[in-house]
Amino acid sequence: MTADSLIITSVSGRGIPLRGNDIDTDRIIPARYLRCVTFDGLGEHAFEDDRRGLKAKNQIHSFENPDFQGASILFVDKNFGCGSSREHAPQALMRWGIKAILGVSFAEIFFGNCVSLGIPCVTVDEATAQKLFQAVESNPSANWTLDLNTLQISGTINETVIMPAGPQSQFQSGQWNPMNELLSHLPEVDEVAAHLPYVSGRW
Amino acid sequence: MKQNLYNKVFDRHVVSRLSSGQYQVLIGLHLVHEVTSPQAFALLRERRLKVRFPNRSFATVDHIIPTDSKERHRPLQDSLAEEMLQAIEKNTKDFGVSYFGPESGKQGIVHVIGPELGLTQPGMTIACGDSHTSTHGAFGSLAFGIGTSQVADILATQTMSLGRLKVRKIQVDGKLSPGVYAKDVILAIIRKLGVNGGVGYAYEYCGEVISNFSMEERMTLCNMSIEGGARIGYVNPDETTFEYLKGRPYSPQGADWDKAVEYWRSIASDADATFDDVVTLDGSSLAPHVTWGITPGQSVAVDENIPTVASFSESEKPLIREALEYMDLQDGQKIEGLPVNVVFIGSCTNGRISDFQEAARVVKGHKVAPGVKALVVPGSEAVDKAAKALGLHEVFREAGFEWREPGCSMCLAMNPDKLKGREICASTSNRNFKGRQGSPAGRTLLMSPIMAAAAAVTGKVSDARKVFGLK
Repeated sequence: MTADSLIITSVSGRGIPLRGNDIDTDRIIPARYLRCVTFDGLGEHAFEDDRRGLKAKNQIHSFENPDFQGASILFVDKNFGCGSSREHAPQALMRWGIKAILGVSFAEIFFGNCVSLGIPCVTVDEATAQKLFQAVESNPSANWTLDLNTLQISGTINETVIMPAGPQSQFQSGQWNPMNELLSHLPEVDEVAAHLPYVSGRW
Repeated sequence: MKQNLYNKVFDRHVVSRLSSGQYQVLIGLHLVHEVTSPQAFALLRERRLKVRFPNRSFATVDHIIPTDSKERHRPLQDSLAEEMLQAIEKNTKDFGVSYFGPESGKQGIVHVIGPELGLTQPGMTIACGDSHTSTHGAFGSLAFGIGTSQVADILATQTMSLGRLKVRKIQVDGKLSPGVYAKDVILAIIRKLGVNGGVGYAYEYCGEVISNFSMEERMTLCNMSIEGGARIGYVNPDETTFEYLKGRPYSPQGADWDKAVEYWRSIASDADATFDDVVTLDGSSLAPHVTWGITPGQSVAVDENIPTVASFSESEKPLIREALEYMDLQDGQKIEGLPVNVVFIGSCTNGRISDFQEAARVVKGHKVAPGVKALVVPGSEAVDKAAKALGLHEVFREAGFEWREPGCSMCLAMNPDKLKGREICASTSNRNFKGRQGSPAGRTLLMSPIMAAAAAVTGKVSDARKVFGLK
């Protein structure tokens, strides 16, 4: 695939709200489902223990709620995706159908893993997040568009979102998965390696 | 001058500026385990790519390996685990990467074997598909966890795309009291700065307490940087670092040694180095810490009460309530005296020889409380061997602990060591997330090995200083 065909400048779809700070990678995909050599089938186990836990209390998790099935933009709170570096977490969300995530903040490794998978993560302040939660919850069938050029989320309300310039340009240029560009610099890699004593063996 | 270690090491590893504005950074040491690598090797096969620097990647098996010797024979009873084990054996063989399997004498938790083999050295960039890679920062390297896509990037190019972090200096002054360890220091740091306080930062740990730490204590400290949101945590290399590394299998030898030490000194932060932020802590006033909630930031000193919901801001209250409900605790109650069902001493945080020496020293002459299951799991085959040479396994067995084979064990639920139902575990591991230890309702209390030993012999959360008369 060429970089052009990988350009991501907007994501559209219905929203799914998931309130709560510090939702960690073990909750996104419980570790027992990491016993695998492919990422296939992870989607159905996303939030499995949280879903079961709420069901036992006669409550319903967003990922279980029929209103939000088929949604593609996930709305979250603070420090989403903290914990493990396992790419299984964003893979599980992606395979469930999530194409973009909007939150107050993200754990760093999770954010980077999402970039590598072509899932833009954007942030808003807490007050805006609350407004967006209410908007998504009160009208689950509404369509939302996240525009990465104008950094706007629009649906039943419109808000400005934040994304660092580096990742923004990775999505806009279709270079969110950097492997091809990394491969194009192999001669320079050898040059840097030759100057690092512990790599070259020449102290 | 005025440069800190982070920026010196980062600059030396920059290969190019990518079109996104990110840096292409050479990763000098790539550590590989069975959970986050199979999909990366599959991608290389799909794209017909080779491993670019096969001698800069080293693999082992740790997460899925059973720690009961009766369950380690092949094929493993868990067919999924066996498939993963076969995959890493085949992948490393096909791609020419060194693999330290069970019985090799070098198998163990990836963050225990890297340092003990001398693979981990100052001034390196180190990555592994595992967030606790921050451990290796103890040597003055930039070490961090990555996802599987980046494992593939590194295998194929020995580089990855990275942004530059800010650097926060965390200075811990004074002297720790008896019974207070590196684990308590890092739990106190995370409590103070929050589980997301380190996002966007590398942490440079310094000060009298850190200078006095052994390498193993520095590893415990750096290991949990990621629990405070910091992908990287490091300590500047010093004589303690060089002393530890001298003579290890992969350390520079002979005439190279002196040159290496000179190089390592040169990459340390300059005396007048600048930082984006500075935080100081008084180590002298710290007490042993215990987590009471579902994030590593939710801890108290053992002689404190669990905080009240009212003491938190409105936005923090929902998580505090959720934690109290999950843990079945009342706000304001004492943490001391809380009964435990299981005790786990091990993991990449506290599974090294000094952890077992300290715990064995206090356990001697005591018995595990009735009804408590207590596991001691060495972090590597080398730690197991060293502990046995000192007779530590006998001390633990005599006291009623089980002495196991090396692996990640009960830190996470990927092997047969798991909590059952709503069991509460006093654990020396690094994460107290909901369900982390294998039961969706299981509860974890993070603490130091000494505090875990005190919980084992009393059957409840106890102040190790009182139980063992540490003064």
